[in-house]
Amino acid sequence: MKQIKGINDFVVKFANVNGTGSASANHLFAKAIFRMGIPVSPRNIFPSNIQGLPTWYEVRVSKNGYLGRRGGVDLMVCVNPQSMEKDIASVEPGGYFLYDSTKPLANHMKRDDITIIGIPLTEMCMKEFPVPRLQQLLKNVVYVGALAALLDIDFGVLKGLLNDQFKGKEKLISSNVHALEMGYQYATENYQCPLPIRLEKGGNVAPHILETPHILMNGNTAAALGAIYGGATVAAWYPITPSTSVVDAFAKYAKRLRIDAGSGKKNYAIVQAEDELAAMGMVVGAGWNGARAFTATSGPGVSLMSEFLGLAYFAEIPVVLINVQRSGPSTGMPTRSQQSDVLACAYASHGDTKQVLLFPATPQECFEMTVQAFDLSERLQTPVIMMSDLDLGMNDWMSPPLEWDDTYEMDRGKVLDAEGLDNAEKWGRYLDVDGDGICYRTLPGTHPDKGAFFTRGSSKNEMAVYSESGDDYVQNVDRLLRKFETAKSYVPEPKTHPPIEVKKPKTKLRLGALFFGTSASPSYEAVEILADEGYPIDTMRIRAFPFHENIDQFIHEHDMVFVIEQNRDGQMRQLIMNECQIAPTKMTSVLNYSGTPITARDIANQIRQSLDTKSAKVVPLHKETA
Amino acid sequence: MSYVKPKFRHPRLPSNRLGFTVADYDGAISTLCAGCGHDSISAAIRTACFESSLPPHRIAKVSGIGCSSKMPTYFLGKSHGFNSVHGRMPSVATGASLANRDLTYVGVSGDGDTASIGMGQFVHLVRRNVNMTYIVANNGCYGLTKGQDSATADLGSVSKYGDVNGFEGIDLASLAILQGASFVARSFSGDKEQLVPLIRAAMAHNGFAFIDVVSPCVTFNNHNGSTKSYEETRAHLDAMPLDFVPMREEIKAQYDEGTSKSVTLHDGSVIHLKKAVSGHETDDRQAALNTIQDANKQNRVLTGLLFLDPNSQNLNTNLELATRPLNELGKDELCPGSKVLKSINEGLR
Repeated sequence: MKQIKGINDFVVKFANVNGTGSASANHLFAKAIFRMGIPVSPRNIFPSNIQGLPTWYEVRVSKNGYLGRRGGVDLMVCVNPQSMEKDIASVEPGGYFLYDSTKPLANHMKRDDITIIGIPLTEMCMKEFPVPRLQQLLKNVVYVGALAALLDIDFGVLKGLLNDQFKGKEKLISSNVHALEMGYQYATENYQCPLPIRLEKGGNVAPHILETPHILMNGNTAAALGAIYGGATVAAWYPITPSTSVVDAFAKYAKRLRIDAGSGKKNYAIVQAEDELAAMGMVVGAGWNGARAFTATSGPGVSLMSEFLGLAYFAEIPVVLINVQRSGPSTGMPTRSQQSDVLACAYASHGDTKQVLLFPATPQECFEMTVQAFDLSERLQTPVIMMSDLDLGMNDWMSPPLEWDDTYEMDRGKVLDAEGLDNAEKWGRYLDVDGDGICYRTLPGTHPDKGAFFTRGSSKNEMAVYSESGDDYVQNVDRLLRKFETAKSYVPEPKTHPPIEVKKPKTKLRLGALFFGTSASPSYEAVEILADEGYPIDTMRIRAFPFHENIDQFIHEHDMVFVIEQNRDGQMRQLIMNECQIAPTKMTSVLNYSGTPITARDIANQIRQSLDTKSAKVVPLHKETA
Repeated sequence: MSYVKPKFRHPRLPSNRLGFTVADYDGAISTLCAGCGHDSISAAIRTACFESSLPPHRIAKVSGIGCSSKMPTYFLGKSHGFNSVHGRMPSVATGASLANRDLTYVGVSGDGDTASIGMGQFVHLVRRNVNMTYIVANNGCYGLTKGQDSATADLGSVSKYGDVNGFEGIDLASLAILQGASFVARSFSGDKEQLVPLIRAAMAHNGFAFIDVVSPCVTFNNHNGSTKSYEETRAHLDAMPLDFVPMREEIKAQYDEGTSKSVTLHDGSVIHLKKAVSGHETDDRQAALNTIQDANKQNRVLTGLLFLDPNSQNLNTNLELATRPLNELGKDELCPGSKVLKSINEGLR
């Protein structure tokens, strides 16, 4: 049997039962690799359940720093009999399978093309630990100890992490370290350690990664920090997976960083609303009254918030919404990732609406774009929706440290204070004085007899007086469109990279790839895979809607453009079709909507297939019948 | 608006402590039907604000959707207003109140806006004790869509189309008391003597003040058989009169002992309740509910202050917000800066 070999470059997957303490043990494993300075990207693939169902944790180790999923599993750690049959079948030929051998592996599951490593985890823990709960919890730590031997994890790093985690609870530290040692010892005594796949500190890790003091954080925490740094004072929300941890983290940091020094009172308010309708209503009320306010939600919450998103669009109120996307429609798969709210958010609410969207691809961008969302929403007086997703929001990502420029000033947009009102020649809430579609607003309580007006979701004239005149209506909604055009110059531009040089290209077609958010990382990797095979592909990462003009240009400059995204209907492709002057046939969808994040191999395969089928024949969304 | 309200006012109109005349509390001309009860409520709000010498620009008006929710246009033209979406004014008011705790908030809603589409948000607004006055102009029907029964229509009331309502009506006042409201009153749009002091007291109250105002719909619900017509309401009205004395004024009126009771509000204002009609105790939730039930049984529309907790804590206090309004805070108070971020980064390694 040919075993898979590799230093700092493999995929480990853990198969556990949820609610058994596996998450923290698996996290310990990933964090140890991170602390060794080796690029790692862990992903929790979990059920919408608290206890008893299968859950997985996939850890990719990549010397080159690829943080997206690669596809395939090199080492499966299986402690869940429920899913064992499928788990063992999913191991790459030449790979490894570690399982709890307290109960022997059933004959029909056995494979002779992989290395099978049995460790009697349950038996060892039953003997060693008297308390049943500890037996269950430490079983997970025992396999981490075994992996330390099998993969060459720095044992000191593991111990250091346990010390950090259980600071002040010495008993827990010693029992955990003991469990680690049990696993380590068993593996060294019974198997050839390390395996041909293993870790090596420094080693072959790309130099640019070694030079940066990376952090490990999830996008939801980063977004919460963005809200703190961006000056959010009101957060109203309704709990929903996978966005809940945004407000949890905001609460945690606010408690530390937002207490009024003199009084010990809070310079922020968090309200857990009765539903998402109310959550968004509170944000609208606070935004109308001049506070920076935000909410975070997912799928079903977006549907409920759409009513208020329409009001905020039409009444021109700053609102920040962090949408951590999950799979839909309806309840869908609540704990699985997708990018399937693109259209629902771009045109959220009835009537002619267009909303400003931001697409972060990394925790760093979650942080920066949340700050930016507050600036944009006040500058443009409209909702700004940051389109994160479960994969980005809830999983830990290796990231360069967050940075802050202390010269930053909040952009509060066009707001007239009392002096401004006194100096204004003529003021009307919806008078487009500057011609950019953005008018001057006033806040309640500003001036004794100037600047008061009625905010409403109904049609009005430039002076904010209720109007059903067709002319007034058309003038108003056309101005809103003008404002949306103005937004293009404020939202972040798409990112491009210099093309990868391809010797002896296999095609003369000018190929391009468009992607956004969590599709970016595996897309960049796929493009490198394909470049090696002779397919040069230029890339552009979309970061905002309304689309910048160079997205049009990029598509025009290429013969065939792959739009890579994680939903069934190619929603970004559709949005481009709607908003740009592009022949739809130029764009080919590359999709994954299984709920688990798209992999580099999958993207490369799909693109390869498209190119192989009589070059440049576009695969339409609806299969051709002829 | 197709026509303009005349600006002319009598030169010797009396002015209040701030030097404003009642005209300074005017809004645009009403577009509601002639004789609509809602216009009397608008006038009462205007008078209450004038009499209490509230600076108009420090009041914010919020409403939902419906005939009732149009009302804020017709009073306090110098105040900002927000006509939000149907049934959702409570959440907008909550957010606004969090952003700036220093303004006075007046919410106007209707029976459809509150008791049907907005029921969910209403009870949570009550529960949170948001610092505002919430007035329901209650006519038992949907005026703007031409007279369908609303959820507050009384059992057995006959609609304009002759249909008898077979459903139990929702009593918002009882509901508010049950849900922990700290100020609950009922009134009648035709009873200015009672409504004005009630609104003044509500605005002085620290916390959520609810007034359910029976306000007949002259066009769709003012016929024989309707339980919310002018005639029917007047015939069964059982009003508990009261006076409101703001904190800066002395109590001038003299009341005979035993027939009246004074309650001091958070800000030092005093509500003077005359117990001429019912001997009702306002500080006991259960007693208040019983009194309402008793009146209902006797087919009486009991109006006046039904329940009051003068020591209530509003949402801002409950959330331990700093005294400075959140919307006044800037970068210095809000942004922790690069050094703090560096230490946060350290914690993530």
